[in-house]
Amino acid sequence: MSIELSQFFQVFFEESFEGLDVMESGLMSLDTENVDNEMINSIFRAAHSIKGGSATFGFSSVAEFTHVLETLLDEVRSETRGINTDMVDLFLQSVDCLRELLHGLQAEEPVDTARAKDLREKFEAYLDVAPGAEAESNGVAAPAGLGWNITFNPGEDILRTGNEPLRMFTQLAELGELTVETNISQLPAFSAITLENCYFTWQLTLMGKKVTREQIDEVFEWVVDECEIIVEPIVDEAASAAAATAAATVAAANAAVAAAQATAAVAPVAAVAPAAPVAAGQKKAEPGSIRVDIEKIDTLINMVGELVITQSMLGQIGADFTFDKVGKLQEGLQDLERNVQVLHESVMQVRMLPISFTFNRFPRMVRDLSRQLNKKIDLVVKGEQTELDKTVMEKIGDPLVHLLRNSLDHGIEKPEDRVKAGKPETGVVSLNAFHQGGNIIIEITDDGAGLPREKILAKARKNGIIGPDVGLTDEQIHDLIFQPGFSTADVVSDVSGRGVGMDVVRRNITELGGHVSVKSEEGVGSTFSISLPLTLAILDGQLVRVGDQVYIFPLVSIVESLSVDMKQVSTVAGASDLLRLREEYIPIIPLYDTFGIEPDSRRLESSLIVVVESDGVKVGLVVDELQAQQQVVIKSLETNYQSVEGVSGATILGDGTVSLILDIGGIVRLARGVAPLQVKAKAA
Amino acid sequence: MTKILAVDDSASMRQMITFTLKSAGYEVVEASDGVEGLSQAQQHKCDLVLSDVNMPNMDGIAMTRELRGLADYKYTPILMLTTESGLDKKTEGKNAGATGWIVKPFKPDQLLNTIKKVLG
Repeated sequence: MSIELSQFFQVFFEESFEGLDVMESGLMSLDTENVDNEMINSIFRAAHSIKGGSATFGFSSVAEFTHVLETLLDEVRSETRGINTDMVDLFLQSVDCLRELLHGLQAEEPVDTARAKDLREKFEAYLDVAPGAEAESNGVAAPAGLGWNITFNPGEDILRTGNEPLRMFTQLAELGELTVETNISQLPAFSAITLENCYFTWQLTLMGKKVTREQIDEVFEWVVDECEIIVEPIVDEAASAAAATAAATVAAANAAVAAAQATAAVAPVAAVAPAAPVAAGQKKAEPGSIRVDIEKIDTLINMVGELVITQSMLGQIGADFTFDKVGKLQEGLQDLERNVQVLHESVMQVRMLPISFTFNRFPRMVRDLSRQLNKKIDLVVKGEQTELDKTVMEKIGDPLVHLLRNSLDHGIEKPEDRVKAGKPETGVVSLNAFHQGGNIIIEITDDGAGLPREKILAKARKNGIIGPDVGLTDEQIHDLIFQPGFSTADVVSDVSGRGVGMDVVRRNITELGGHVSVKSEEGVGSTFSISLPLTLAILDGQLVRVGDQVYIFPLVSIVESLSVDMKQVSTVAGASDLLRLREEYIPIIPLYDTFGIEPDSRRLESSLIVVVESDGVKVGLVVDELQAQQQVVIKSLETNYQSVEGVSGATILGDGTVSLILDIGGIVRLARGVAPLQVKAKAA
Repeated sequence: MTKILAVDDSASMRQMITFTLKSAGYEVVEASDGVEGLSQAQQHKCDLVLSDVNMPNMDGIAMTRELRGLADYKYTPILMLTTESGLDKKTEGKNAGATGWIVKPFKPDQLLNTIKKVLG
């Protein structure tokens, strides 16, 4: 029977990745001074399972690598070897390496084994084992004989292990012609007999020219250590002379087989070589599947059930509709609306994953970086069960990494500086996630040096980001770090680089429909706060009309809407008009100009202004009419057409028309004349 | 029908073993560690036990020892699935009462052949 092993691969990959996570978090929490045996055991078990599985399913690159890893772990486990931080580092690197190997195998891509080879050598240096020393002994050639004489003295306890001599004899009988003689001389007096003991010994004769010693050894494999077994060939005198020649031939054949195996082992490597090696480092396969809580699925099924009931009710009304049933029809439609809404929420729930999926990689990162930076840093993670849409989660990973690196590198001070400042030597960086309204908030807080107000101000003035004598509040100063090309680090470090990126971080987060802000106090620490929508698929929108076009503003970005009192408007030569709203002057952007369409009116006083905010910048958008507020399903413009500045997506309205969803940040950039409205070439 | 208890903490190994055994017409009871294995063994009278050695909660060797203490499992064949081909684990297993072992990695056919060996 042939069984297709590939059907088990997916489960194997999943459990291996889980095992690697277990290993990683175990290694991270391992105290090398005071080793927790249970922890070592669970790390060992994870490695052991991966090795067993990969060997069974034919992933030899993984199996071979895990073997050396396991051997060293076993020595640690059995306490024949202590463990130090260098070894933990090596183990952690192996976890990364295995992840890479497994991701490659899962994606059926050529796998770069150079790193594995490199790490293996390091392990072997620890183990002091010469690589490839294990030579396999091939079967010894059977001497040409007529058969075998076997003396079998099983010992009294054989039955207690479930081994039965009778079964062994049956197996032997399948090999050749078997004669069994039972010796009962060791049988004690009847009263001394214990039923569970075996008192017999046997003399067996197995006739058959083709029976090999290995076949006989295999039958007795499990009992050979406890039993007395003597196997002697029954030699035919005439044939024995020929035996020597035969043995030589077999040995030659064995050598040929070994050579063939060696070639086979090299072949896959050669086949892989021309292909591009898998990108090293952070390559993370994005699995197309997610695990969903059974409860969520049950809710869905429940809702579908109710939907079916409502549908059949409506069907009945429709089948013989008369006008006196209008009340019932409306009732049914209300039910339908409610059902659809709940169903919609439940479906969205399916895409929600706990943010721990993203947070999980940070303890490791903090550990590695703090070693690299020679700092002592504790990471505190809170709210890791907070749920977030899978797509948002995938996209927030990089900005989070950047912010965290920043806190570790620029935020937390060196231990000696901390002690000087009267702080504990070990810095604390905390990650916290929680829901607030329809948003998820992620905070990264450090108890480091805080943002240097004067340095930032000086730098901003030097770079011409602000004028020489503009007075700014602390909040505004802190916000400067999100400006393009801003860095305050005295020394450029290879951890967070030149401070390039805070503007990119903000850009990425804005693209997700969220925003990022910072609060900081010098000498006390900083808190970066990211606010994100729970999902990217649905948006609370405000429908507005300009001429014959209907656009959608994200509701979150709307500050207020007003009809204009011309007394509040000041005209500036060569720039946009300004609206004075309380203490602020807000640039007015006529959307009809931006999009080149004909409005109902070009007179401000007969139009409406919608004040919107993006990245802390407010602008007033001129529209003809405010229409309904409603949830809209976002359709990507990029997927269906191409990316357009100022437009974040499109949706289909109730009447079937397509409406563009405006990207407020983009509109602001457009209006500032940063880029004229044009279609950006789609990245190839 | 011949009933086999398969104990392994790895889901993929369990799937592979179960699938192989079921395809060969055996009935299979699964467990993911020694504790679960023991309770499954008591609920179902199994004709053969296949068990991994290294498992959380209770390992295969401890489970074998416990099984041999049960009247129903005094003579039932118990095979250890082991990657540790080293003698120490085999001896440890034998001392606990294991019938024999199958060395991982094994192919489905090897598994079936070995099982036929003990079930006759």
